Amino acid sequence: MAITTAPKMNRRPTPADSTFRYMCLGAGVLVLIVLGLITYTMTTKSWDAFSHMGLSFFTDKRWDIANQHYGALSYIFGTLYSATIAILLAIPLSLGIALFTTQVAPLWLKRPITYLIDLLAVVPSVVWGLWGALVLAAPIRTFFNHIHDIFKRVPVLGTIFGAAQGKSFSTAGIILAVMIIPIITSLSREVMETVPPTDREGALALGATRWEMIKGTVLPHSRTGIIGAVMLGLGRAMGETIAAALVIGGAAQISSNAFASGDSLPAVIANQWSEADTLQKSALIGLAMTLFAMTLIVNLVANSVVNRSERRRAI
Amino acid sequence: MAVTTRISGIGGGGQPTTRTVAPDLRAQKSWRRTKSGIMQWLMGASIVVALLPVIFVVITVIGKGASSVFTGFPKFLTAAIPNQERKIGPGMGPAVVGTLLITALATAIAVPLGILGAVYLHEYGGRSPFAKVVRFLSNVMTGVPSIVMGLFIYVIFTLNFGYSGLGGALALAFLMLPIIIRSVEVMLKLVPTSLREASYALGTSKSRTVLTVVLPSALPGVISGCLLAVARAAGETAPLLFTIFTVNQTNRNVFSGANTTLSRQIFSNALSSLSGAQGRAWGAALTLLAIAFLFTIIARIASARFSAKR
Repeated sequence: MAITTAPKMNRRPTPADSTFRYMCLGAGVLVLIVLGLITYTMTTKSWDAFSHMGLSFFTDKRWDIANQHYGALSYIFGTLYSATIAILLAIPLSLGIALFTTQVAPLWLKRPITYLIDLLAVVPSVVWGLWGALVLAAPIRTFFNHIHDIFKRVPVLGTIFGAAQGKSFSTAGIILAVMIIPIITSLSREVMETVPPTDREGALALGATRWEMIKGTVLPHSRTGIIGAVMLGLGRAMGETIAAALVIGGAAQISSNAFASGDSLPAVIANQWSEADTLQKSALIGLAMTLFAMTLIVNLVANSVVNRSERRRAI
Repeated sequence: MAVTTRISGIGGGGQPTTRTVAPDLRAQKSWRRTKSGIMQWLMGASIVVALLPVIFVVITVIGKGASSVFTGFPKFLTAAIPNQERKIGPGMGPAVVGTLLITALATAIAVPLGILGAVYLHEYGGRSPFAKVVRFLSNVMTGVPSIVMGLFIYVIFTLNFGYSGLGGALALAFLMLPIIIRSVEVMLKLVPTSLREASYALGTSKSRTVLTVVLPSALPGVISGCLLAVARAAGETAPLLFTIFTVNQTNRNVFSGANTTLSRQIFSNALSSLSGAQGRAWGAALTLLAIAFLFTIIARIASARFSAKR
């Protein structure tokens, strides 16, 4: 053979070689197939409910099983409201933890903190739900009522911090916040670790205090990555089922009162599935389709944001 | 003192700010220090705040679950589930068996596929446009809510073949798949290119190189990533509601017939107000938590050995 200088092998791949190659490719393609099939099957199976209700499936808030009237609006609202509460609670805590581990903590302390925060992700969601429903719900109602007493005469805050239920948007929000803290923390920690040491040292050498250094170099540098991390956390919080199903209260209502009982898309599906007839099952799959679309949009945006920040860092 | 005058205007990491006039220095300096101290203290405190719930949960689950699990040990882990919720006492046998079988089957499906997918992404696809699409969508798939995955399997599998452990395992496997792909790809990135080149130089084919050189040297990291995915899957509940239904007797046949798991039992018992059912829920929670922690600790040890070797 004349090609002796070729750096790559130029011989034809053996059958075993190409078989393995196609197996790998197949596993990769499987991801596309599954995502495609989810979209297709969920749409066809929920079509009955969509055609029965029309667009009012999304704009009507009345979910009346007896009269076969299925409007998902209050559940969409509940999903967004509890996820928003979760995000508002999780952002400062996650960023605090990530900043502490990357910028403040001594080297030997970093790994133990990381492991401890990851423990939050080890506790299964059903255990969080069990604890939330049987242990947390009662004392937190008293706590919420204290907040209500403080704010009840203040115009806007009075309606947000209204009369409290033990199982409420906020109870779900707190549990969801705990569940998404690990993912937001680890993703923001990763971007914060890529801040060039010269930037940080330069700021410190100019006399900035550590907080000024963080505000001036670390946060601006990792802003995009943090936004992506928060959005991924938001997607998780919206899709979390069992914990929400156990602590959100199971009341289909749209209320600005964060301490009122509500319901979220995944919680309704989990709670109503076993007793549902054909049309209701179709409507529940419609809820799942709605939830899938919502989380898909959030995840698509989040992943593009994360990718963009990674590309920018690579340059 | 002159030095302090100049630096007091800098708060934006080297970027010139509009504040050019230096105000009273000594007061400013001490406030800046205090503020920095407060912020660092708050960061430390956020760790404590985040850990409080998990400490509470673990203490509560041990406190309430230990009496159920350890009374007449190991009866709780083997006895059948009582048909009446109000009956006090063990057990969770069928759920323990179901959890182990279904999680094992899900692992058997997801791990090979996940590793193959990651090998495709890192060893074959690389930076090609198609691989980029697969990588992007695999990350997106990580965010598919577990309940949606459960309904998906219900529609394509359970409607045709009926309730079975396999259906639940399929749902869990598809949830694990993108997690495994991502973590294994990260591990493959850590394998030095020189190892692959050395193998090619010996005339080894690409598939053999991947199977006998690349994967073995990434093995501890791969195991760690897979175990973390297993720990997550073992605690999943939502997809199982539609795919395995629930039973009170042990069903060892994972391929047919309704089944049950610890997580499924916790969910249904948590909705009950009867103390017997709640007691079993706490016992099941303790068992599940122990399983999840066990897998996580093994994964940590594996990855610690991996990074020590590097």
